[in-house]
Amino acid sequence: MSAKSNSLGRWYVIAAPYLWLLIFFLIPFFIVFKLSLSDVATAIPPYTPTFNWSEGIGKFISQLDFENYTFIFGDPLYVNAYLSSLKIAAISTILTLLVAYPMAYGMARAPKSWQPTLMMLVILPFWTSFLIRIYAWIAILKPEGFLTMFLMKLGIISEPLQIMNTTTAVYIGIVYSYLPFMILPLYASLEKINPSLLEAAQDLGSRPWRAFWQITFPLSLPGVFAGCLLVFIPAVGEFVIPDLLGGSDTLMIGKTLWNEFFNNRDWPLASAVAVILLLVLTIPIVLFQRQQQIERESGR
Amino acid sequence: MLTVGKVVRRAACSIVAAAAVLVSPMAQAADRVVKVYNWSDYIDPEILTDFTKETGIKVVYDVFDSNEVLETKLLAGGSGYDVVVPTGSFLSRQIKAGVFQKLDKSKIPNFANVWPEVYSRVAQYDPDNLYAMNWMWGTTGVGYNEAKIKERMADAPVNSLDMIFKPEIAAKFKDCGIYVLDSPEDILPVALNYLGIDPNTTKEEDFKKAEDLMMKIRPYIKKFHSSEYINALANGDICMALGWSGDILQAGTRATDAKNGQVIKYHIPKEGTQMWFDMMAIPADAKDVEEAHIFLNYLNRPEVMAKASNFVQYANGNLASQKDIDESVLKNPAVYPDPDTFKKLYVKTAWDNKTQRIVTRMWTRITTGQ
Repeated sequence: MSAKSNSLGRWYVIAAPYLWLLIFFLIPFFIVFKLSLSDVATAIPPYTPTFNWSEGIGKFISQLDFENYTFIFGDPLYVNAYLSSLKIAAISTILTLLVAYPMAYGMARAPKSWQPTLMMLVILPFWTSFLIRIYAWIAILKPEGFLTMFLMKLGIISEPLQIMNTTTAVYIGIVYSYLPFMILPLYASLEKINPSLLEAAQDLGSRPWRAFWQITFPLSLPGVFAGCLLVFIPAVGEFVIPDLLGGSDTLMIGKTLWNEFFNNRDWPLASAVAVILLLVLTIPIVLFQRQQQIERESGR
Repeated sequence: MLTVGKVVRRAACSIVAAAAVLVSPMAQAADRVVKVYNWSDYIDPEILTDFTKETGIKVVYDVFDSNEVLETKLLAGGSGYDVVVPTGSFLSRQIKAGVFQKLDKSKIPNFANVWPEVYSRVAQYDPDNLYAMNWMWGTTGVGYNEAKIKERMADAPVNSLDMIFKPEIAAKFKDCGIYVLDSPEDILPVALNYLGIDPNTTKEEDFKKAEDLMMKIRPYIKKFHSSEYINALANGDICMALGWSGDILQAGTRATDAKNGQVIKYHIPKEGTQMWFDMMAIPADAKDVEEAHIFLNYLNRPEVMAKASNFVQYANGNLASQKDIDESVLKNPAVYPDPDTFKKLYVKTAWDNKTQRIVTRMWTRITTGQ
């Protein structure tokens, strides 16, 4: 009796995350996917067909088609928007990594008593609204903003900086906003590294730089990958930062999606754009994870 | 965008409302409300409190900052609002989608006060004025920073669209910044009209000409955005913007209030331009239809409409209200144009789906400069 209820309890524990995924991921995904197969209509809701029990499921399905997908692939605008988003996200991820790694390294090497404080400082910006922080960057980067005034006062530049409303401003915005997501996993993996490994390397005559590349960096790779994914994935679909800091020529898929949904009232096409975006992001990640698993198993 | 002030005000309102419910549980059933969804910074708050004082109907007042956001809520259905305020071309499409119910004019006797000159134009969106009441109207044109323009071009044609559509003139202001509305509905017809083409054309080759014009001046435009230009003008970050009259006048007021020395001016372009109308309508699924009518009727009183225009500095569609409107608003040709200018203003009707798609693609090419 008790064994049975025990296994039932275990079943619940296992089911909980799956139920979560089903309700908050799979079902919404299917709604969006269904929408992407529909057509625009001037009605409430602004697409057709809507599901109607009396007409039966056969008629409903017969009205769905892949027209929106062929339209997206037939138009260079969308392909360019995807590619440009991937490029902007990739460059920002690398920049974030370059900024975050020394910070995380410093944190992991700091005296134990300092570490909670340093951690606190990394998380602190989250206590202010994301939107307000981006607005603050407008005040810093605009031609008559703090940055220009500061550099002019120092005599480093004589003309106002033209950073605001360019892709550079978008990079700055993304690196700034996502920095904690990179630092935290990096810190977690760097902090676990046993310092005696480095001591051993030095005892055996390795220079610090070489010890870093041969020991510290490879051991921190899980943190690097986790951090890069945490930055790269949301950055691809980023809308607020390019909208507020970027110029009109900053083409990103988030903005394209917004245009289709709000300006064109084309919910089906917007849904198709979203489905493709999801596939573009998930498939490489799934493949990558499978690869990792194979490597891990063969390494044993 | 929600300002801190608005959030505080809204929080305060809901606390008051909650307190009222707690204090008088008996009155709850009889409590009458009207839920209004209007543009941000678009009403004198006193009008709402006066309305509640007089009628006992509570006003739940929310704000939005773009037609697209409002439209998406309405098309999704069940918005929960009793009165909403879309702009003309959006209204006409939403009427077709079955979003609104017809107004019961017998419950709005103050409709007698309307300005036929305005309502005959509005009829292009809402035939026979069956569905909507005009709240405010205005124009699309060039707002500019007086000192910055003068510094770069002493004899700049500030009352003309040449400011933006003549490449050699626009080029002079590139360094200090030109913003343009990120809205094909508002900009392409203005460009067409400037070229002497019917702004309501649906011919693709006509739009192509407008695109060519836009592409010529594209290098001098810093950004396409439909709301940022208010702050950018007010703070002196940019030279000029092709935007909505009300927003630009508001930028001027903000600059004056901030005492930052920036002077923002607006003229209705001499070539004529697009008129826009913000219209009050009642969603088909509204719960408080009776109260919504009482609210619309109250607003259409001459003295209430005048108070509204005096506060927001826009023109309204209520002829009888003009005797109570401040000289500074009524005599400002940027708000109430003289009859000659009035004749040159046109109205843009909603595009069909095919034209809409052509135009949106074209617009993406223009804004991204590709």
